[in-house]
Amino acid sequence: MPRRNDLKKILLIGSGPIIIGQACEFDYSGTQACKALREEGYEVVLVNSNPATIMTDPEMADRTYIEPLTWEIVAKVIERERPDAILPTLGGQTGLNLAMDLARHGVLAKYHVEMIGASAEAIDKAEARDHFKAAMEKIGLEVPKGQTVQSLPEARSVLQEIGLPCVVRPSFTLGGSGSSIAYNRDEFDDLVQHGLDLSPIHQVLLEESVIGWKEYEMEVMRDADDNVVIICSIENFDPMGVHTGDSITVAPAQTLTDKEYQRMRDASLAVIREIGVDTGGSNIQFAIDPKNGRMTVIEMNPRVSRSSALASKATGFPIAKIAAKLAVGYRLHELANDITRETKACFEPTIDYVVVKIPRFAFEKFPEADPKLTTQMKSVGETMAIGRTFKEAFQKALRGLEVGSFGFGCDGKDLWGTSEQPGIDEVRSKLAVPGDQRVWYLRYAMKYGMSIDEIYEITGIDPWFLDNLLEIVEMEDELRQIGGLHNVEDATLRRAKQFGFSDRQLAVLWNTTEIDVRRHRKAHGVIATFKSVDTCAAEFEAYTPYYYSTYEEEDETPPKRPGKRRIVILGGGPNRIGQGIEFDYCCCHASFALRELGIESIMVNSNPETVSTDYDTSDLLFFEPLTTEDVLNICDRVQPDGVIVQFGGQTPLNLARALSNAGVPIIGTSVDTIEDAEDREKFANFLRKLDLKQPANGIARTMAQARSEMNKIGFPVLVRPSFVLGGRAMEICYDAAQFERFVAAAFIVAQGQPVLIDRFLEDAIEVDVDAIGDGERVIVGGIMEHIEEAGVHSGDSACVLPPHSLPRAVIDEIHDSTCKMAALLNVRGLMNVQYAVKREDGRPVVYVLEVNPRASRTVPFVSKATGMPLAKAAAKVMAGVSLAEQGYASDPVPRSCSVKEAVFPFRKFVGVDVVLGPEMKSTGEVMGVSDNMPIAFAKSQLAAGTVLPSQGKIFISVADRAKGNIAELAKMLEEMGFTLIATKGTALTLEAAGVKVQSIKKLQEGHPNLLDLMIDGDLQLVINTPRGKGARTDEGRIRAAAVLHGIPCITTLQGADAAVHAMLALKSEEMTVEAVQDRFPEYGRKK
Amino acid sequence: MQMLKTAKLALEDGTIYTGNSFGAEGEVDGEVCFNTSMTGYQEILTDPSYRGQIVTMTYTQIGNYGINAEDVESHKPHLAGFIVRENSRRVSNFRADGDLCEYLSRYHIVGLAGIDTRALVRRIRTQGAMKGVLSSLDLDDSSLVAKAQASPGLVGRDLVREVMPENATGWTEPLSRWARLSNEVAKNVPANAPHIVALDYGMKWNIARHLFDLGGRVTVLPGMATAEDVLAQKPDGVFLSNGPGDPEPLGYAIETIRGLLGKKPIFGICLGHQLLGLACGAKTYKLKFGHRGANQPVMNQLTGKVEITTQNHGFAVDPESLPKELEITHFNLNDNTVEGMRHAKAPAFSVQYHPEASAGPHDSDYLFGQFREMIG
Repeated sequence: MPRRNDLKKILLIGSGPIIIGQACEFDYSGTQACKALREEGYEVVLVNSNPATIMTDPEMADRTYIEPLTWEIVAKVIERERPDAILPTLGGQTGLNLAMDLARHGVLAKYHVEMIGASAEAIDKAEARDHFKAAMEKIGLEVPKGQTVQSLPEARSVLQEIGLPCVVRPSFTLGGSGSSIAYNRDEFDDLVQHGLDLSPIHQVLLEESVIGWKEYEMEVMRDADDNVVIICSIENFDPMGVHTGDSITVAPAQTLTDKEYQRMRDASLAVIREIGVDTGGSNIQFAIDPKNGRMTVIEMNPRVSRSSALASKATGFPIAKIAAKLAVGYRLHELANDITRETKACFEPTIDYVVVKIPRFAFEKFPEADPKLTTQMKSVGETMAIGRTFKEAFQKALRGLEVGSFGFGCDGKDLWGTSEQPGIDEVRSKLAVPGDQRVWYLRYAMKYGMSIDEIYEITGIDPWFLDNLLEIVEMEDELRQIGGLHNVEDATLRRAKQFGFSDRQLAVLWNTTEIDVRRHRKAHGVIATFKSVDTCAAEFEAYTPYYYSTYEEEDETPPKRPGKRRIVILGGGPNRIGQGIEFDYCCCHASFALRELGIESIMVNSNPETVSTDYDTSDLLFFEPLTTEDVLNICDRVQPDGVIVQFGGQTPLNLARALSNAGVPIIGTSVDTIEDAEDREKFANFLRKLDLKQPANGIARTMAQARSEMNKIGFPVLVRPSFVLGGRAMEICYDAAQFERFVAAAFIVAQGQPVLIDRFLEDAIEVDVDAIGDGERVIVGGIMEHIEEAGVHSGDSACVLPPHSLPRAVIDEIHDSTCKMAALLNVRGLMNVQYAVKREDGRPVVYVLEVNPRASRTVPFVSKATGMPLAKAAAKVMAGVSLAEQGYASDPVPRSCSVKEAVFPFRKFVGVDVVLGPEMKSTGEVMGVSDNMPIAFAKSQLAAGTVLPSQGKIFISVADRAKGNIAELAKMLEEMGFTLIATKGTALTLEAAGVKVQSIKKLQEGHPNLLDLMIDGDLQLVINTPRGKGARTDEGRIRAAAVLHGIPCITTLQGADAAVHAMLALKSEEMTVEAVQDRFPEYGRKK
Repeated sequence: MQMLKTAKLALEDGTIYTGNSFGAEGEVDGEVCFNTSMTGYQEILTDPSYRGQIVTMTYTQIGNYGINAEDVESHKPHLAGFIVRENSRRVSNFRADGDLCEYLSRYHIVGLAGIDTRALVRRIRTQGAMKGVLSSLDLDDSSLVAKAQASPGLVGRDLVREVMPENATGWTEPLSRWARLSNEVAKNVPANAPHIVALDYGMKWNIARHLFDLGGRVTVLPGMATAEDVLAQKPDGVFLSNGPGDPEPLGYAIETIRGLLGKKPIFGICLGHQLLGLACGAKTYKLKFGHRGANQPVMNQLTGKVEITTQNHGFAVDPESLPKELEITHFNLNDNTVEGMRHAKAPAFSVQYHPEASAGPHDSDYLFGQFREMIG
């Protein structure tokens, strides 16, 4: 059956904000799907709440709705657009659940929308645990023993059958949310209760534990004719017990014989057929008992997934694109393999390299969170590396992780041989509990001489992997014994590089510099070669220029084309808090811009989730770690005419100086300017020159200096290490005790760099500005007013564009200051400025907090809010096309009110306090748009998963420091018919203002207290501005409990103000939906 | 770390690849080819069809799961030489009872590791299959190239004689417990079971196991057997096996098949398929570099379904030469070569690929059932 001609318009649902378990991979899959469907002539309607995605660019779909992902809102889109079909399998778990909601509420039936790809029945069979189990038993496959339960007593009786340890999995949650392992009865009771609360249908699955078994994944595709192929097999380095998203994973499977592999393949085919996924990709997870090969099916995702994105990048096979085409009727053999062109998409990719993925964690941001890795995913990002051998790929991945390591130890970062070297007992205990640091302890264990068998006993990590690590450690010893760079034989040096050793590691081993190692090895012909990822192990010629480095004989990169300029874009590496999809968005736009100009665009990145690492985003793609060495190797090969470092976040900026010193042509704003903007003194002089104000500040390299600066500045002060992103270790100090503690912490994080101390402006409004300069003209793309006060990290604060409360004069002043700074800095490309506006002596005073001459996190939001593709315009400026030449004569004028809201991972970290501060904690963002601020804000809250209540009980507790207009807000809530509850202090304030409130007991005063109300589902909203931080405080426990029970919790007065006004507006006005294309009919069209 | 001994591969076009010797030391010549399967090196090593060939694995990590007693396709490795990017130092699998290096040594197979196998594959892909010499003894480049050029190659040679069994035997080994999801293993043959005679030109044992699992009595005859020899066995069906090299010099086999065609149901695989073609008057030709791997897509023209197949052949049946009695039933989706055919009048069909898989996917095992139905 070829293309379905009965369908004209297809609805795609995106996955919403970036959260743990659902990241850029669904922008990648959704973008591919949009392109694939439009290529076939279908009209594509897209709904996604995440403005930082490429898929929500107006040119990606025909009709794009940046709207909250709830079934009610999507129903409005359906009512307007009347699509013929909905494709639910490309928007992650969110898209799948939403499609199921639409089906359940009769929306699809009402508007005759067909579900394509997978039917509601198939989705249910795969997702509902007992249905899945029954299906597996029917086809003769084993699943771990288990049963779903609806209550704790029921759970206890089932436990007798299953025994401990026992896995507790809540049904219908995302990324394995709430899944954990109970080792004893107490834990069991707690986990079951927690799981029941988390499950939207109040159900958990109790399962036999297969902890320590080998874990595998198969990526499967099926077409409408029942042709099924396996795209990729993945073997987990970490055995069962660690969520696959948190595991180091390896493709292809390494330790299965063909007999065992084919049996797993047979099982995969049987599963996808029995579940009945009609077309598209699915992911099936297996556990294998290493002692006897007993195979059990763990789960199946009837949709594209994080693993399928990984599989696509690992093999070159575009799973999402093909899935989209299969959904509209094509069969696999009717579709071409883009990479080879001559062959078809109906085959099984074979690879001639090894792929290693390593997750990236953010526990440093959540010191109260349990860092133990379990069946609930906790990582925030991942990096992937390709090498000819596991050893090479593994070491490349470790340096691609960007945690300061340059391989498997001996890089100046690891603790071995230092005063902090862990003792053998500590090593043993760290091995026994899976954690984000365990990989380093494997090395220490080997250094201590522990045998592979012993390490295997403790960790369950397959001896094959362990022995490969041991080979690396042995190679390290061999290299160390050589003593120095000039004693090493070329063959040994080559072998070290083939083992994945970085120049940095060799420099540490031989007490020399990275650059000397590089010089020596180049002089001796030990040079990186690049091989292509071609789906077929070179059996056919590949046309897709997708490369990885290795140390072999033959290089496959194409020569420079005469007359064609080449520009390299450095990406952002693995997602982390503070650096994620927004920067990938900018890098993609840079690539699109260069291609539009006829320049060859070359992408370098190591993040498999992203659109930037899609093989058709750029002319050439290098899947490589973002380190000086790896980037220089690429530059040596491709000889670029320019390298762009300002779009990928902090990652490429950190490389800029070294690259520039090595003679790499960095284009755009100069490296000097970028550095000057970070240099305190230079920056202060610069502002003085322009007569701009800055909060009093100082810089300290020692504690003594810090104290003396603090004395000059006065409390409160903001303390932070320099050269870090996302406000890492940034704190506000109100007294000397806090100051001492936080400065000490900042010095540790700063790693030798100074600590910055600023006067903290209390009650100030923070403003973010994104602008582009081309040396002649400055365009201010957007001015955003933060909702939360200054002091909350700009990435965590909601913001509104255009500003809703700032006077015209202030906006004009900010605008002019921005232009002046851009001109004086000679900005070529993007610039972001943060201001604080503080009322002093009755009039607003504008302070400059920070200037960053580079892409910021808000660039995609501004582009979506104003209709001007900022990153693209900036990239063209950098390539030498002025703003005037691009047709930009004036600032874009926003036509609606857009609110950006941050989304937090607190639900994944049980018990962690949710208070916002100067250290960024959010993982993603959503956007709400309307013609007025209250509704735009309401939409942003809904999109972020915060359902503002229309009736019920609201708890209010406000710190004395910030009682502000709480009485006024309380009065509004009372008038709307809410019951208000407060603790004593706040109750007194409110009663004094004539508001009726119920008092409630403090937690230690006994029951019933607030927690009881929450547990009973008798509380709809918490407004709690913090007095102190920490999960151990009463208020901390209240906030954490609110998160656990899914009760919205507002922690700033400004946030409360916006929310109350939104709630009021919702009483009289409905949310409506509007396509981006209607809002900006001219967006993205070439001028 | 033990000292690595150098070994070299020289191609007839003068290219030299220098790496480390592993397995047996020695010097062999053969046609250099590559296999793209990521698993199943032990099955590949023991596949008699690789006689006369130096096989390069495109996947880079080989030896990971060791060697075991079960996963064999004949009693010993038959290929001339074996080339990998990296041979695993450590074996990890619950069934493993040995390692690859020791296994190659035991059977005197010369191995080469540590070369840029992808560069070699790309050379073969662009230049076509080439003769080569693999040596850990002679490391002189020009001497090796001269030897490669002087080596006999595959064309026109009868390699079947070197791998076929000497005597007729009964086959009673079922498919392994890994072949089915249920882990079930076939039971003994019922007394009134049909009798299948397999003509062994270098047959992979998994074919015989499949035939046994059809519930038949299986007798394996050497490929030299005449039609009379076969008919004397009173077979209900005749199977033509895979085997090494060029089908054209195998006049005796072609003769035998002509003598059986129309008399007994016939099913051929790989070389057996080519021989059936030749017996019916078709021609065969040498492919540029052949199909060797476990991911080759084949379209079944009768059902419209695609099978992912295991393949190992350097020669193919020329579709232009097919007599009208032969109908193409399967073709390769990558290059449209003939993958299967059936006889219009006689009960006979064949496939170029390997439905017995091993190593490879099980998509095509229905063909054995089809043969069983044909036998009746």
